Amino acid sequence: MAKLPDEELMFQGTTACPGCGAAHAMRYTLKALGKDTIMNLPACCWAVIPGVWPSRNLDIPLLYNAFEATGAASSGVRAGLDVNGIGREVTVVGFAGDGGTADIGIQALSGCLERGTDTIQIMYDNEAYMNTGIQRSGATPYGAWTTTTPVGSRQAWKKNPKKNMMEIVNAHGIPYAATVSIGHPESMIDKLRKAKEIPGPKFIHIYAPCPTGWRSDPSITVELCRLAVDSCVFPLYEIENGVYNVYKKPKKKIPVREYMKLQGRFRHLPENEVDRIQVNVDREWELLLKKEAFTKEQVV
Amino acid sequence: MSKTVIVSGNFAAAYGAKLSRAAVVAAYPITPQTEVVEKIASLVADGEMDAQFVKVESEHSAMAACIAASNAGARAFTASSAHGLTLMHELLIWAAGARLPVVMVNINRAMGPPWSVWADHHDALAQKGTGQLQFFCESNQEVLDSVIMAYKICEGSDIMMPAMVVEDAFILSHTKEPVEIYDQELVDEFLPPYNPEYKLDVNRPFGFGSLGMPDWYMDFRYKMAEAMDKAVDRVEEVNKKFKEVFGRDHGGLIEEYKTDGVDVLIFTMGSISSTSKDVIDELRAEGHNIGLARLRTYRPFPAEKLRELTRNVNVVGVLDRSYTFGHMGDSAGEIKAALYGHKDLILKNYIVGLGGRDLTPKILKNIMLDTLSLQDKELDEEVEWVDLRINQERWRR
Amino acid sequence: MSKKEVFRIVIDPKDHRDVPLTWITDCPSYLMTKTGSWRTLRPIVDNEKCIKCGICWKFCPDVSIHVEEEGAVVDYEFCKGCGICAHECPVDAIIMEREDDHV
Repeated sequence: MAKLPDEELMFQGTTACPGCGAAHAMRYTLKALGKDTIMNLPACCWAVIPGVWPSRNLDIPLLYNAFEATGAASSGVRAGLDVNGIGREVTVVGFAGDGGTADIGIQALSGCLERGTDTIQIMYDNEAYMNTGIQRSGATPYGAWTTTTPVGSRQAWKKNPKKNMMEIVNAHGIPYAATVSIGHPESMIDKLRKAKEIPGPKFIHIYAPCPTGWRSDPSITVELCRLAVDSCVFPLYEIENGVYNVYKKPKKKIPVREYMKLQGRFRHLPENEVDRIQVNVDREWELLLKKEAFTKEQVV
Repeated sequence: MSKTVIVSGNFAAAYGAKLSRAAVVAAYPITPQTEVVEKIASLVADGEMDAQFVKVESEHSAMAACIAASNAGARAFTASSAHGLTLMHELLIWAAGARLPVVMVNINRAMGPPWSVWADHHDALAQKGTGQLQFFCESNQEVLDSVIMAYKICEGSDIMMPAMVVEDAFILSHTKEPVEIYDQELVDEFLPPYNPEYKLDVNRPFGFGSLGMPDWYMDFRYKMAEAMDKAVDRVEEVNKKFKEVFGRDHGGLIEEYKTDGVDVLIFTMGSISSTSKDVIDELRAEGHNIGLARLRTYRPFPAEKLRELTRNVNVVGVLDRSYTFGHMGDSAGEIKAALYGHKDLILKNYIVGLGGRDLTPKILKNIMLDTLSLQDKELDEEVEWVDLRINQERWRR
Repeated sequence: MSKKEVFRIVIDPKDHRDVPLTWITDCPSYLMTKTGSWRTLRPIVDNEKCIKCGICWKFCPDVSIHVEEEGAVVDYEFCKGCGICAHECPVDAIIMEREDDHV
C-alpha cells in the first residue's frame, strides 16, 4: 500500500471546521493525484473552505462552477484541454459534496459518465447539506436528524434510505468506481491513483464525517471512519468493469450501535430502530459479498 | 475562395461557428435550433470542423461545459432556444461574471405554456440583464457574420463578456437564403486565435471563482459594467472593420433605414424589419416622411446613438415581439428610458407577432399609418396589442 | 511557481483597477487566514513519549503538526484544536488542554 506522500498541495489556513472530514478528503485526494490536476468544484463546503477572495488554498488550478454543473464542467474542461493538445498528463477532477453529486448534480454527473469523459468524479460524502447548515440530502442515512428532518412530535428524523450512488454510477457501465474513507488514507490514495491511470469516467465515493452536522466530537472524525467500515455501514469496495472487490473486510464485524452512539444525529433513535438499521446493514453487506463472489466468478 | 450557398439561418449559425474556429461546442437539441446542432455534428464528423462536440444532457450543462472549456482556453460555442435558453439562465450570468467570451446563437421562440415553437422575443429579452451582449439579426447572412463579429468583440481583453446572437424561429432558422461562406484565411486574419490572459493551467495554478465578500463583489460587478460601456464603441469599430474586410455592413448598434430628416421613426428588431422596410418604401412613395431604425445591438443598449437618431423626430412607433407583463414591450421601455430628459416626443408601443403570429405588409402598413397619425392627434393608447381577435378587423383592413 | 509569481496578481489592491477581470485567486490561504485563533483546546506534545510515527501528521486536517528530530511539532498559528492528533496518537503523547490556560 502507498505511503502517504509528503507533498502538501492543500495549504494551511482553510476555513474548514475543526476536525472536518472534507478537509481530509481534499488533502489526500491531492496527495494521490499530484500537481498535474485541474479540479472543478460546485457549491459545497469546499466552495468556502479555501477562504474569501483572493485566498488560494490549493496548489492546483481550481474552477468554481454552479451547484448542479460539476459533471458538465468536467466534460468542458477536458474538451478545452484536449483541443489545446493537453492530454492524459493532466487529470480532470470534479469534486462535489453529496448534495452536488447525488441530488442536484446527478443529472450532469450521469451525462458526464454516459458520454465517457476522461475524468474522476469525486463525491465527498458528509451525508447532508452541511455548508447551508445540515439539511437532509439524498445521501443522509435512514434515522438521522438534520435541520430539515427535525425530531418533532408529529414527524421525526429521516425516514428514507441513503441513495446508493455506487450502484447508480455502476449502472452507467463505467470502468471504475470505488468507495474510500478518510480513516484509511493509504488505501484511499491507492484507489485514486488507480482511477487516475484508467481512461474514461471514474467515480470515487469518499466517506467524510462532519463533526458539526453529525453532532460528534471533532477529535473522533477518523475513529468514526474506522467504525463505519468495521460495522459495514460504509464498506470499502471497488467495482472495476463490473467486477466487485471488497478490499477491506472487517476482521470482526462490530454492531452499528457502536458507530451510531458517538453521533448526536442518531441520539433520538429508539432501540428497535437501531435494530432495524442493523438488519438493513447486515443485508446490504451480505448482498455486497454476494455481488463480489458472483462477479468474480463470472470473470473466471 | 468564398462561396455562396443557399442555406437556412441555422446552417448559417453553424458555418459561423466553423469559420470562427469554435474549438469546443456543447449543445443540446431543441426545436427550432436542432439543425445547428446537427450541422455542427456532421461538420465535426466529416472532419470539416476541427472541434470537440460535447453531447451534453441539458442546456444547463451545455453552457456549463462551454464555460469550463472557455476557462481552459478554448473558443466555445453553443446554441439554444426558448426553454433551453431559460434553463441556461443561471449560467448566462455565470459566463458573464467569469468574464468568458462564450458565443451562442439563440433561436427566438415563444415560451410555454402553451407549447409553441414559433418566433417571439420573450426568451432572449428575459436574458437582457445577464451580461450577455445581444445581437438581433435580420437575415441569415447576418447570423453568420454576427457570430464572427461577436467573438471579435467579446474576446477583446478589455471586454471579455459572453454574447448571444439572436435569430427568429423559422422565419430565419428554417428559411433558406443565399449566404456567403467566407474564405477561412480571411476570417482567420479578422479573428485571431483565442488566447486569454488567464486560463486553467497546471503551471500557473490560479483559482477561478471564489467566495466574494461585500467589500469586493460590487467592484467586480462595476468592471463588468465598464466592459459593457466599452463594448458600445467596440461594436461599431468591429462592424466597420468587418465591412472593410468582408464588404458587409449590418448596422453595428442600430441599422438605419432612410432615417435622414424624418419626422416619424419606426423601431423594429429581428426579421420583421425586412417586411417593414418594404412598407417604409411604400409609405415614402406616398409622400410620408417616415424611416426605420432596427435595434440590432440590444445589450449594450445603444442609448447615445438612439438620442442622436431621434434628435429631430417627433413621433416614434416601437414594435415589440414580446411583452413584459405588467408594463409594456421591452424595447419600448428601454427606448423611453434612454430618451427621458433628452427628448420630448410621442412614443407608441405596438405588441406584435407573439408566438409566431404572422405580420403581413398590410398589418405593418396600418401600424405605421397609426404612428403617422399621431403627428396630428393625441396619443390614444401608449401600448396597443396588434391583430388580436378583438381588433383584427382594424389592423387587417 | 516561485513565491514572487504567487504575488504577481494581488498585492494589496486598492480598487477595481488593480485586480484582474474576474475572481482569480492567487494569495496563499496561509497568508490570509490564521486559524490558530479559533482554538479552544490546545494540543501539547510530550516528546518523552513521542515515537515519531507520524500518525498525527497523517490525520491532521489542517496540516498543522509534523514530526521533527525531537518529536511532533504543532503549528499553533494554524492548529484549530480539533484533537484528532491526540485521539489517534498510539502512545498518548498528545494531550488537549484548555486554550485559556495558555493565554
